[in-house]
Amino acid sequence: MTTVANSVGQKKGFGATLWDWLTTVDHKKIGILYLIGGGFFFVLGGIEAMLIRLQLLIPNNDFVSAGFFNELITMHGTTMIFLAAMPLLFGFMNAIVPLQIGARDVAFPFINSLGFWMFFFGGLFLNLSWFLDAAPDAGWTSYASLSIASTGHGIDFYAIGLQIAGAGTLMAGINFLVTIINMRAPGMTYMRMPLFTWTTFVASALILFAFPPLTIGIFFLTFDRMFGGNFFDHTAGGNTIIWEHIFWIFGHPEVYILILPAFGIFSEIFSVFARKRLFGYSAMVFATVLIGFLGFMVWAHHMFTVGLGPTANAIFAVATMAIAVPTGVKIFNWLLTIWGGSIKITTPMLYALGFIPSFVMGGVTGVQQGAAPLDYQLHDSYFIVAHFHYVIVGGVVLAILAATHYWWPKMFGTMLSEKLGKITFWFFFIGFHMTFFLQHFLGLMGMPRRVWTYMDGQGWNLFNMISTIGAILMAIGVIVLIINIIMTTAKNVRVGNDPWEDGRTLEWAIPSPPPFYNFAQTPLVRGLDTYWIEKQEGHNGYTAAEPVTDIHMPNGSIIPFFMTLGLFIAGFGAMYRVDHSWGLAVLIFGLAFTFLMMALRSIKDDLGYYVTKDQIRRTERGRD
Amino acid sequence: MAHDIEIIEKTPAEYSYKKRRSDRLMRSQLMMFALMIFMTLISFAAVQAGFSAYFVVPVVLLLAAVQVGLQLYYFMHMSEKGHGLVAFFMYGGMLIAFLTVLAFVTIIWW
Repeated sequence: MTTVANSVGQKKGFGATLWDWLTTVDHKKIGILYLIGGGFFFVLGGIEAMLIRLQLLIPNNDFVSAGFFNELITMHGTTMIFLAAMPLLFGFMNAIVPLQIGARDVAFPFINSLGFWMFFFGGLFLNLSWFLDAAPDAGWTSYASLSIASTGHGIDFYAIGLQIAGAGTLMAGINFLVTIINMRAPGMTYMRMPLFTWTTFVASALILFAFPPLTIGIFFLTFDRMFGGNFFDHTAGGNTIIWEHIFWIFGHPEVYILILPAFGIFSEIFSVFARKRLFGYSAMVFATVLIGFLGFMVWAHHMFTVGLGPTANAIFAVATMAIAVPTGVKIFNWLLTIWGGSIKITTPMLYALGFIPSFVMGGVTGVQQGAAPLDYQLHDSYFIVAHFHYVIVGGVVLAILAATHYWWPKMFGTMLSEKLGKITFWFFFIGFHMTFFLQHFLGLMGMPRRVWTYMDGQGWNLFNMISTIGAILMAIGVIVLIINIIMTTAKNVRVGNDPWEDGRTLEWAIPSPPPFYNFAQTPLVRGLDTYWIEKQEGHNGYTAAEPVTDIHMPNGSIIPFFMTLGLFIAGFGAMYRVDHSWGLAVLIFGLAFTFLMMALRSIKDDLGYYVTKDQIRRTERGRD
Repeated sequence: MAHDIEIIEKTPAEYSYKKRRSDRLMRSQLMMFALMIFMTLISFAAVQAGFSAYFVVPVVLLLAAVQVGLQLYYFMHMSEKGHGLVAFFMYGGMLIAFLTVLAFVTIIWW
């Protein structure tokens, strides 16, 4: 009974609160943990970006050293992709997807917690490199010949940190797949799932197939650097190009893992604030699945200049351009969703409207690079930098910021200030275009990417300066957002179930934030946009599919935290084994600790607990 | 505590249907088991008999593929209802892996 009383919420000391968050298996709390972790790394990656831009502000600058600059660009890319963008999206998936499909939690709450802690400790491991040795400096792609030649432990931090974080991501992906397949409420057929759930589903399938190649590649790299392997060392019979293939077989699906949930977020926002059903729902679903499939067949377009031969280049070029078709379907469907709608320009809608032109520009330069002969000109120039920032910032980051405003009331029960939200948007949006638009032209003028500094008199000075000013505007936008979050939390004005008043999906039918069991009764889904249908019929809330019964809930557990701690310790052992004799002992201790925790989990039966009908009734009454 | 235990009683007709069905399944599993042992014997015999490697290797690989199929459909129940999504994911993964390998052996120089 004590467990139940705790989760209903009462005044607790700091220690108890900390313990609660360390042991939680509640998908809503894990979603918040992902947002905090991802937000922290987002700020860290942002600071790295600011240092990069300050270094490039004027020609012949020596604000940072060349070696430190390499570390900055490597850590900026790695942090933003693996530790900021993905976890922030996972945060929203965790918090929202179970609510959208009418479930009480994800399929494997324990593994959900394990996935979070592995991401967090992996990211921590990677970033401790700043203090313990030198940060990785071979670029976020860490191409093998360069990364094997890199001295110090920088690349070791990269390999082990990403291995731990990547395992967490794989677990999260599998968890979402099983959740969406098995835990949908009665009536929630596949073709009634909200688009955010659909894109989460497809992105999780991509994680399932794309992360094993990364795991293998990083294992090869780890063995080459720390255990005397020769996978990528051509002088010993290895092949350095294999790393590039393995990395991009993972890396291309990875960018779709990022952008598909972003598409899902915007699909939700467009139909809510245009107050219309999403145009071409089934075409949207089909396009999502098709993008997922095609994403696996284009990896070599990152390697046109490696010398794969004209046949391979031609075939991969055509496959690449084919992806523009389903993406175009999506763009037109969004436009037709807004067309004729009764549009409300809220902050999330503003981001969604800004996303379309920004992302289309990134897509168009993508097709240009897909033409292999042109890619020989553009390769490794600032044009590439401009392109991928247009798709990732113009697509993924705008989606994350939009989702922050859109789902904040559902997750925290308070409404972010619309006024400050719009200020954030304009600073960020203008700053973003100022930073990256001119970089296309810098690339065409011949400025190579990843350069530490550049000479005067090449006509690059003005554009670089404007680019840096744009980056400062983006930083101001993020600072305003942080102020907005602090002010909103301090004011603590509570909102009701459907604060946007036009919510269409199930998450808006329950209180904000939802009670820990989500739905007092499992909902009955009677069509796409479930809550909208209920509202059209004058209902308040949702139609229940079952009477009020006892609810079976999982117990919290500290074991995921300790399991990951073991791997974290083992990582240091593996790394320092090369130069200290105690390394091996630490490696063995860490792995043994993890296995001990796994054994504990298997031996100890944990059947969860029941929330009784009375407690549910009391909680529900307390809210009215 | 207050959670109820649900007891589902089978009717005699249901019971006899279930029994007949499991008998049939058992029979097919035993047959497939015998078949798989037989195929394994063929593989060993083909290697022992000292045929050309160009004959033995494809035959062994083919028999292995058949065995994987039998394993999935007869022992891991993929032939039964409700396994459509599992099949979709497995064949989707195989298709992607096949296309990747195909690209490496046909069009990529490195």
